[in-house]
Amino acid sequence: MDWTYWLFLLLKMVIVLGWALLMVPLLIYMERKVLADFQARIGPNRVGPVGILQPIADGIKLLLKEDLLPAKADKYVHFLAPLVAVVPAFLALSVVPFGPITHKETGTGYFVTHVNVGLLFILGLGSLNVYAITLAGWASNNKYSLMGGIRSSAQMISYELSMGLALIPVLMIAGSLDLVRIVENLGVAKGEGLSRLLLTVPLTISFVIYCICGVAETNRAPFDFPEAESELVAGFHTEYSSMRFALFFLSEYVNMITVCALATTLFLGGWKFPFVPETGPFPLLVFLAKVMIGLYGYMWMRATWPRLRYDRLMKLGWTRLLPIALANIILTGILMIAFQ
Amino acid sequence: MTYFSSVEGSLFLITALVAVVSAVMVITQRNPVYSALFLVLTFCALAVLYLLLGAQFIAMVQVIVYAGAIMVLFLFVIMLLNLDRPLETQSKLKHQRLVAGVLAAVLLVEMIYLLHRGLPTTGTQPSPPRNFGTVEEVARVLFRDFVLAFEVTSIVLLIGMIGVIVLAKRHLDEKKAAAPERILSPLRKE
Amino acid sequence: MVPTSMYLAVSALLFVLGVTGVLIRRNAIVIFMCIELMLNAANLAFVALSRHFGQMQGQVVVFFVMAVAAAEVAIGLAIIVALFRQRETVDVDEVNLLKG
Repeated sequence: MDWTYWLFLLLKMVIVLGWALLMVPLLIYMERKVLADFQARIGPNRVGPVGILQPIADGIKLLLKEDLLPAKADKYVHFLAPLVAVVPAFLALSVVPFGPITHKETGTGYFVTHVNVGLLFILGLGSLNVYAITLAGWASNNKYSLMGGIRSSAQMISYELSMGLALIPVLMIAGSLDLVRIVENLGVAKGEGLSRLLLTVPLTISFVIYCICGVAETNRAPFDFPEAESELVAGFHTEYSSMRFALFFLSEYVNMITVCALATTLFLGGWKFPFVPETGPFPLLVFLAKVMIGLYGYMWMRATWPRLRYDRLMKLGWTRLLPIALANIILTGILMIAFQ
Repeated sequence: MTYFSSVEGSLFLITALVAVVSAVMVITQRNPVYSALFLVLTFCALAVLYLLLGAQFIAMVQVIVYAGAIMVLFLFVIMLLNLDRPLETQSKLKHQRLVAGVLAAVLLVEMIYLLHRGLPTTGTQPSPPRNFGTVEEVARVLFRDFVLAFEVTSIVLLIGMIGVIVLAKRHLDEKKAAAPERILSPLRKE
Repeated sequence: MVPTSMYLAVSALLFVLGVTGVLIRRNAIVIFMCIELMLNAANLAFVALSRHFGQMQGQVVVFFVMAVAAAEVAIGLAIIVALFRQRETVDVDEVNLLKG
């Protein structure tokens, strides 16, 4: 616990924070290019070579815009809401394991910190996310914003439940809430031969449910109800402009990164890949590659599927995903006892 | 008072202060939305205190259950019923605040005195075992010593669900049920 | 290490604040929030004593309190919503009839 420990910790925090902040413009550019490809057009191509500087130009434009506050809006809560969106989004990255433990004696490795309830920590921060949208909707004193806020709080609570239940089979098999240990244990705990093959079944179901819920939790198409332009004139952030809007935008993309990083950790083997050594930069590269594939999946979904109808969304969450997730837990239990 | 100079001590001091001050704000704010938000802050501060006490699992469950689910429900109801304005009525009881304050002060003195006197010094464990408060330890006690209580809790939750549905279900044949626009008018009328 | 009595003092303070809130407020929702505050104060005492004695039972009891509080909140808010539908108020001074 000497000063080098604290300095090292600080350095790791800065690196992860910087990485997330750099990822966001990259993702915005990537999203616009990918969507353009899907829709057979070119996409941003004016600012810089092949439009690479477009997100930076957009960012500068957002910063220079006037910061509006609607009349009779609640100014404290209006100010608080974007902060509540951004802070948990970045905090969640602090427990994501980008690689294995490198020093057994001090317990440090390719992550900011290592807590034995890491998964619950991320779920807890995710549950704070709903406040940002609800409060933004309420504080704007605008009926479309409030509708967007209330809709999304219902949506996020419903899908958080299925998401939590979808993660339980992973915990049961890995036997830990510690994200590093989950990655290390999961492969071994599944056993060999038939046991390995059969235990993959509930994990695959979990993965599919997790992906659906993850998209719904981050309010991305086809579950982008809180902002639904055609119904709610952009919903909870109608009355937000300039820097405050940028913070919402930032938190949405950072949340996407977190959801993908968690999917990588829990279902896709984290930093591990066949025939790739677990030393030097390789675990980091493998992890980031897997996260990028997940993020591409987000964009693919946005380009492919139209928005669901609101009642269908609720029906999907409560009458399809929830029972399947519950049955999946029972299936996992039976399989685990059978192969004990 | 030397223990406040350590990292743990100062963390305790700050979080305890946040918890108490925001609890005061909960009961003094006129707008229920503000009360609810300060209560969320109190709950988060309590979660940090649980972490300081080595109860990691309970701390996370506190955030997920209280901050993430219960308080969202409160906010939801406040916004849905359009209650985000202070009540204008005068209390029918005279000197209600004064009497309440005196009674609360008496209770506080009594509680602190009893807690201080009643805290046994025997059986203290200055340094609990290494895995104290982990999910494994909570689960071991929960599913060995408290398994019946655990099952009963699930029935309590089931009854809660049924009760809510019965209470919230609007009788469709009843004409006098509140019109939806009265319940769901989102704009605050000034 | 911070002595247990400090945690218990915070717990007592929060509990008393909850009691005061119930006594001075007339908005049913705020009263309900104060009850939650009191439950949490009790939880803090449980966790502090669990640490004091090195026993896990205290934390398990907190777990039960949270589960029961969740059910309680759902029921309580449903009652408040039903009350609002009937009377269009949540002021407890206005609600003085046993019969709707």
